[in-house]
Amino acid sequence: MSDLQHINVKIGLANESKLDGERVVEIFHGWISKQASPDEGVLIDVADYRHVPEGPGILLVGLHADFGLDYADGRAGLRYNRKGAVGGDNAKRFKQALSAAARACAKLEEETKGGLKFARDGFDLTVNDRALAPNAPETFTKHKAELEAFAAALGGGSVERLNAGEPRRLFGARITLKKPLDLAKA
Amino acid sequence: MKASNALWKERLAGKIDEALAKEVDTFEMEIELRKQGKVDEKVFAETRLRRGTYGQRYDNGQRHDGTESKKLPFEEKLTKGPMTAWDAPGMQRIKIPYGGLNPEQLEVLADLAEEYSDSIAHITTRQDVQLHFVHIEDTPSVMRRLAAAKITTREACGNSVRNVTGCPFAGVCRDEPFDVTPYARALAMFLLGHPDAQNFGRKFKPAFSGCAQHACGLTAMHDVGYTAVVRTVDGKEERGFCMVVGGGLGSVPYQAKVFEEFLPLNELLPTVQAIAKVFGKHGEKKVRSRARLKFLVADWGLEKFKAEVAAERKKLAPDPRWTSMLPKADLEDETPLKPPGEMPSLGNDERLQHWARTNLREQRQAGYVVATLALPLGDITANQLRDLADIARKFTKGTVRATVEQNLVLRWVSKADVVELYKALSAAKLAAPGASNIQDIVACPGTDTCKLGISSSRGLAAELRGRLVAKGTALDRAIQDLHIKISGCFNSCGQHHISDIGFYGVSRTVSGFRVPHFQVILGGQWEENAGSYGLPIIAIPSKRIPDAVERITAHYLKHRQPDERFTKYVRRVGKGPIRELLEPLTKDLPDPAKDATLFSDWGDPRQYSIGDIGKGECAGEVVSAYEFATTEAERMVFAAQLKLDAGDAQKAGEEAYAAMKMAAKALVQLQYDDVTDDAQEVADEFKERFYDTKVFFDPFAGGKFADYYFAAHEKRGQKFTAEFAKYTIEEAQLFIEAVHSCYNKLRTEGIGTKP
Repeated sequence: MSDLQHINVKIGLANESKLDGERVVEIFHGWISKQASPDEGVLIDVADYRHVPEGPGILLVGLHADFGLDYADGRAGLRYNRKGAVGGDNAKRFKQALSAAARACAKLEEETKGGLKFARDGFDLTVNDRALAPNAPETFTKHKAELEAFAAALGGGSVERLNAGEPRRLFGARITLKKPLDLAKA
Repeated sequence: MKASNALWKERLAGKIDEALAKEVDTFEMEIELRKQGKVDEKVFAETRLRRGTYGQRYDNGQRHDGTESKKLPFEEKLTKGPMTAWDAPGMQRIKIPYGGLNPEQLEVLADLAEEYSDSIAHITTRQDVQLHFVHIEDTPSVMRRLAAAKITTREACGNSVRNVTGCPFAGVCRDEPFDVTPYARALAMFLLGHPDAQNFGRKFKPAFSGCAQHACGLTAMHDVGYTAVVRTVDGKEERGFCMVVGGGLGSVPYQAKVFEEFLPLNELLPTVQAIAKVFGKHGEKKVRSRARLKFLVADWGLEKFKAEVAAERKKLAPDPRWTSMLPKADLEDETPLKPPGEMPSLGNDERLQHWARTNLREQRQAGYVVATLALPLGDITANQLRDLADIARKFTKGTVRATVEQNLVLRWVSKADVVELYKALSAAKLAAPGASNIQDIVACPGTDTCKLGISSSRGLAAELRGRLVAKGTALDRAIQDLHIKISGCFNSCGQHHISDIGFYGVSRTVSGFRVPHFQVILGGQWEENAGSYGLPIIAIPSKRIPDAVERITAHYLKHRQPDERFTKYVRRVGKGPIRELLEPLTKDLPDPAKDATLFSDWGDPRQYSIGDIGKGECAGEVVSAYEFATTEAERMVFAAQLKLDAGDAQKAGEEAYAAMKMAAKALVQLQYDDVTDDAQEVADEFKERFYDTKVFFDPFAGGKFADYYFAAHEKRGQKFTAEFAKYTIEEAQLFIEAVHSCYNKLRTEGIGTKP
């Protein structure tokens, strides 16, 4: 099985969320100041793109990964973008990205005192590297079993290919879970 | 760093122009050699700059969190330049000659923005595209993928020929005598990597415009600018260019001077080659602040400069490319996809009507329009770039250009398609109305990502834009038509000098706390290719700038004469009354312990360098004297402007110099109370205490601002022309800003008291 790197995980905002962008900017600055990254990496800067419709939103830029309160495709959510390579196999890399994203969500829920609430019923997993994972049916065929095994390890769920009709977009899958995701333990 | 970097070289082999491929291979090798310690960091820095790979804020490994400066824990200790951490993310600038882009290129930019950057492509005021937060070791892959789409980053930064800009309406404009596009392309290709253009002390920026009256090419603010002209000789029309030289914004803006009223087409390339040789041979190399072509032209005078260029031109060995690179015949550079059409009914959709009024422009070719995509702060997402590629293919033959207002335009849209186009752009969230209006604010990166940023230009732009968009068409048309441009510092990347209302970032110390401010610039002229530059009025706390805009626009509406443009209104009313109008905004700052709003910048909750505060009763005494003196110096600079406006260049110049002396003395007095008012003594003491010790030096500009003072001191007593007086006023303002910076530094380091 070929190596997938630069895994992105996006966990959507739940409907009941009350989004206060200013507060999120403040929280991200606080994480940099304390170097308290949910994935223990180096944090560098905050980029605020809220002026761009359906854009990357509020981005916490790190050396090996970015965390963003992202609005792409009209869906708000926390996006973890792994930039540095991660050792091990694909299953380990899927887990690393999901854990980092989930921990960031849990931290944000806690620090906004319930203002932000993230969905527990699933997430989007994409591979931010077209050379390693072109968005083609063959790529999905090749990695479907791994993705299903990953969903199964989380208590079971369905795996559906993302952006199937748009080969220019990133390869990925939407994973819908049977059991609510435990953000602290994912 | 991407795990796939090695794959791209293999995958794109044979798909890249051989020379471009070799360049990227060489750069990749230089990265490797630097990693092995075999290339000096300074040499490597210039090498990467010449490939458009730039530094970004915090790349010195330090970040101020509002209370103290902290080290960023980068693991890699290697540097990619002096005080530039290897692992710190950087900016990749991508040259887009005359802003011309096709759908395939838009798609590549989308992929690169997503994979290597933050999913945003940023359009600059010089029609470049910038990607931020890119790791140095990913840049060869970025360059290879760009090269496969026939884009180069070569000489996008560094002491080189920068992007050749051009009017985005060239070829379809109703007012141009001919299309300048193929000539801009020829000049860009001819100078790219040209051996005679490799020995500059600073950058060199060319620009092309189709006409003299509009702003699209901004030729007057470039090192070399070309405006299309046609003359008739023996009843036959002949094409050429009105060529200007020695313009530039930067900290002190210079208007370009006419070098040749009519430069024949076949002289376009040899003449610029001769200019490049003269600039390379005689341009300043040691003092960076004096190394632009504008200083050489100003120092020599236009006639000497022309004579040197003419002499160099004669010596040039003939190059067949001087003519072979020029367009062969008067062929249309672009053609439409669809037949011309009639404008359909826009119905009752007010937003569509607003968009059509502000974002569509009739082409010279009947039945076609150009549609402008007003990008917020010049930003476009990866997904939007792909949508735009589809739209460009559906409605045109892929004819897209970037503009100097940080927008994109889609050319050759059949009028019959206007409503369908609007629907497609709306679906892509690219149909914001108000292009080139007050809400379409231009801003440089400022403190968001730029190492030199002083205030948050983008934060302010986003705030002002939000407020102005909310008002939309409720704003008076006279206000809607104004332009706002913002720079994060004095370096003018946001082009604040050529706007109705301009701002540039400065900082002030108020009651011992640093407060982000913006200097207000009024009276600049956007039209006529940046026809005249504005001058500073007053510095206002950053958070009060929206109030300043309200006050200025309300006063303009109330006091303007029928159909009076803003520039003329400023000239008629005078800067004094406008300053009086704004002055209250500089007073009564609250106690930061009770209300810290003014003590942080837009979009950044950190207290603005609050950790820099030094406390002490002794310093407190000195503060009063210092603040009193520098406030007086600022008042004097403003008085100098009023004198210049009144036509008294001599007194204006003298007053500006006196203001510099006053500010210099204020600093000297921090260490030496007994300094007299004698001009020579002040200059000597200042030099010994602050210049020779480099205490006054800016980390990036060095001693540049002190040089302004010393030059004015040397020239005191000389006759001031209006132009000389204007430059002296600009330099005095910048010197005073540098005095403020130095003072802040002294307080931080605790050396502001008397020895």
